[in-house]
Amino acid sequence: MGDVKKGYVRALDLRNGRVDMGHGAGGKAMAQLISELFANAFSNHYLARGDDGAVLPAPAPGERLVMATDAHVVSPLFFPGGDIGCLSVHGTINDLAVMGARPLYLAASFILEEGFPLADLARIVASMAVAAREAGVPVVTGDTKVVEQGKGDGVFITTTGLGALPAHCELGGANARPGDAILVSGTIGDHGMAIMAQRESLAFESEIVSDTTALHGLVATLLDAVFDVHVLRDPTRGGLATTLNEIAAQSGVGMELEEPAIPVRQQVDAACELLGLDPLYVANEGKLVVICKGEDADRALAALRAHPLGRDAARIGTVTSDPNHFVQIRTGFGGRRMVDWLSGEQLPRIC
Amino acid sequence: MKYVDEFRDGRLARTLAGAIAREASAGREYAFMEFCGGHTHAISRYGVADLLPDNVRMIHGPGCPVCVLPIGRIDMAIRLALEHPEVTLCTYGDCLRVPASEGLSLMKAKARGADIRMVYSAADAYALALAHPEREVVFFAIGFETTTPPTALLIRQARAARLANFSVLCNHVLTPSAISTILESPEVRQYGTVPLDGFIGPAHVSTVIGSRPYEFFAEEYRKPVVIAGFEPLDVMQAIRMLIRQVNERRAEVENEFTRAVTPEGNLKAQALVSEVFELRRSFEWRGLGEVPYSALRIRSAFRDWDGEAKFGLEFRSVPDNRACECGAILRGVKTPTDCKLFGTVCTPENPMGSCMVSSEGACAAHYNYGRFRDVAVRVETREAV
Repeated sequence: MGDVKKGYVRALDLRNGRVDMGHGAGGKAMAQLISELFANAFSNHYLARGDDGAVLPAPAPGERLVMATDAHVVSPLFFPGGDIGCLSVHGTINDLAVMGARPLYLAASFILEEGFPLADLARIVASMAVAAREAGVPVVTGDTKVVEQGKGDGVFITTTGLGALPAHCELGGANARPGDAILVSGTIGDHGMAIMAQRESLAFESEIVSDTTALHGLVATLLDAVFDVHVLRDPTRGGLATTLNEIAAQSGVGMELEEPAIPVRQQVDAACELLGLDPLYVANEGKLVVICKGEDADRALAALRAHPLGRDAARIGTVTSDPNHFVQIRTGFGGRRMVDWLSGEQLPRIC
Repeated sequence: MKYVDEFRDGRLARTLAGAIAREASAGREYAFMEFCGGHTHAISRYGVADLLPDNVRMIHGPGCPVCVLPIGRIDMAIRLALEHPEVTLCTYGDCLRVPASEGLSLMKAKARGADIRMVYSAADAYALALAHPEREVVFFAIGFETTTPPTALLIRQARAARLANFSVLCNHVLTPSAISTILESPEVRQYGTVPLDGFIGPAHVSTVIGSRPYEFFAEEYRKPVVIAGFEPLDVMQAIRMLIRQVNERRAEVENEFTRAVTPEGNLKAQALVSEVFELRRSFEWRGLGEVPYSALRIRSAFRDWDGEAKFGLEFRSVPDNRACECGAILRGVKTPTDCKLFGTVCTPENPMGSCMVSSEGACAAHYNYGRFRDVAVRVETREAV
């Protein structure tokens, strides 16, 4: 008897093919999607084993594990400066980074809508793979589900990350103290306005590019220069204003900001003006809020500015003692007002 | 930002503040009402009050279109959207959160399955109707004279194009009749409990209707009016002009916003509006009650595009929450902090009254931007040791 003839498998049609219910059914079509698309793009030995989970080494003695997860539902899927793929990698890495953790591994789960073009999926996965590789954080396990047409919106991606936290590092939103300096690593509102500009109903000519990026390199540079950073946070949905209010509430302090000191790109400012939005409330995906002792502010600022992702870093205010935990701002006009929590929904489906 | 930053210049603001402080006589109080929500927002957003002397007080007026929309009109839109599955109701974002009857709002109705969309302009709603001939697209139109011409244009366009699946629920209201109502209110006219020394006249509304319609107020009620742009320096300059008028016992219509407002306004827009709309005999305003000849309805020649006629909708008046002071606040009789609900059960997240909904509303503006003034807050900073 001769050898059993090897079954002929037609390769995934990445040009004209579409996601069908079979790609999530657990059978051969799903196995093919995973091996030809996901495992191929993310290529690492954890995924290559094809097991249900990844077996990972224990962290170094004294280190602790940090885990973070982030679901991504951004619309449109592709926007200037990025797409849902790289965004889903950056989002989770940044959540780990602002905890002070060194990001180590990612898990990714995809909810695909029946009919979604495989070419777009391949583009998204490739962008994820590049982002993960650039960040040095492999996607070690994943999952794919398919929902019927009309039950999803193309692709939703959830990523979960695992990072290692050094023994001495104690960052947290509750650590801001009166007298601390408030710094931001660059211009605010870029991501949110890039998305808004893309949306069909607001087709204005614009060069606004999302700032989506992984921040762990910038964080490492900062923590090298300033040992005793009190709070780090990435001001995503709800923008800088909401993030600062969260920190003020967690730490039981107030804040006083200087409006002219807050860096805003001119195009973002103009687009916000046109739409009646306040850049303070617009999402960022590659910015860092730093709160440290007043006397460490200059060193922190210098460290941030020395890094390519922190060139526009600025000191924007001071932590105050205020039993009401109000965030106030001195306007460029010469008055004073509150900067409150975002109320309601300013921009839906931003990340 | 060119042509914008110039009107927000801090240095000029300080110079103007100095001039205002010098010109405001120490011996008297000045109370001016800014009619428009746009001015209310600018005053709160830029902290203009901090630049005014203590004896110059600003009273927020009723010129916030979302705030004056009565509950019954929102109820009507909600009923339409919930009871007619074929209807796609389009409206401006601010309208979505206005509290209506039975704990509902347009946003909550949307969560219950109604097809309700937020649009940025009337033209977006029109485009939606073109793209979805299978849907009945209804534009819930609100606003003062500024947003009326675009609505008129689209109704006319719909008739020309015989676009059968587009209609408008018209809630457009008129500024001059609201100002008359405030000036006629017993608190202002009889008791004098609301000292009102003059008005900052609307910016954008005046680009359409011109400065002439205000001459009646200046003459009949002896109240100065200064039409001003929506930038903070515009507001400061208008306040200075009002103080001068009061000091010189003048009551005239002056125009600070000459870069956009002429005496006769935009005649083309006015003609368009009167082609499509006619006066309603009376219309309910939140806070002001029934105001005669204060709103517009769609003329019968355009009846097929009038959502009220098309779906046989009826307005049912609904009283406000009894503890809600929106009415008195809109008339300038009370301030947001006089209301027991303010900042307790009524917040921007969970608004009870309409003034808490739009950022142009007196309560929302004070809550979001100014409530730190209500409590003694220490803002001294001490270095951590």
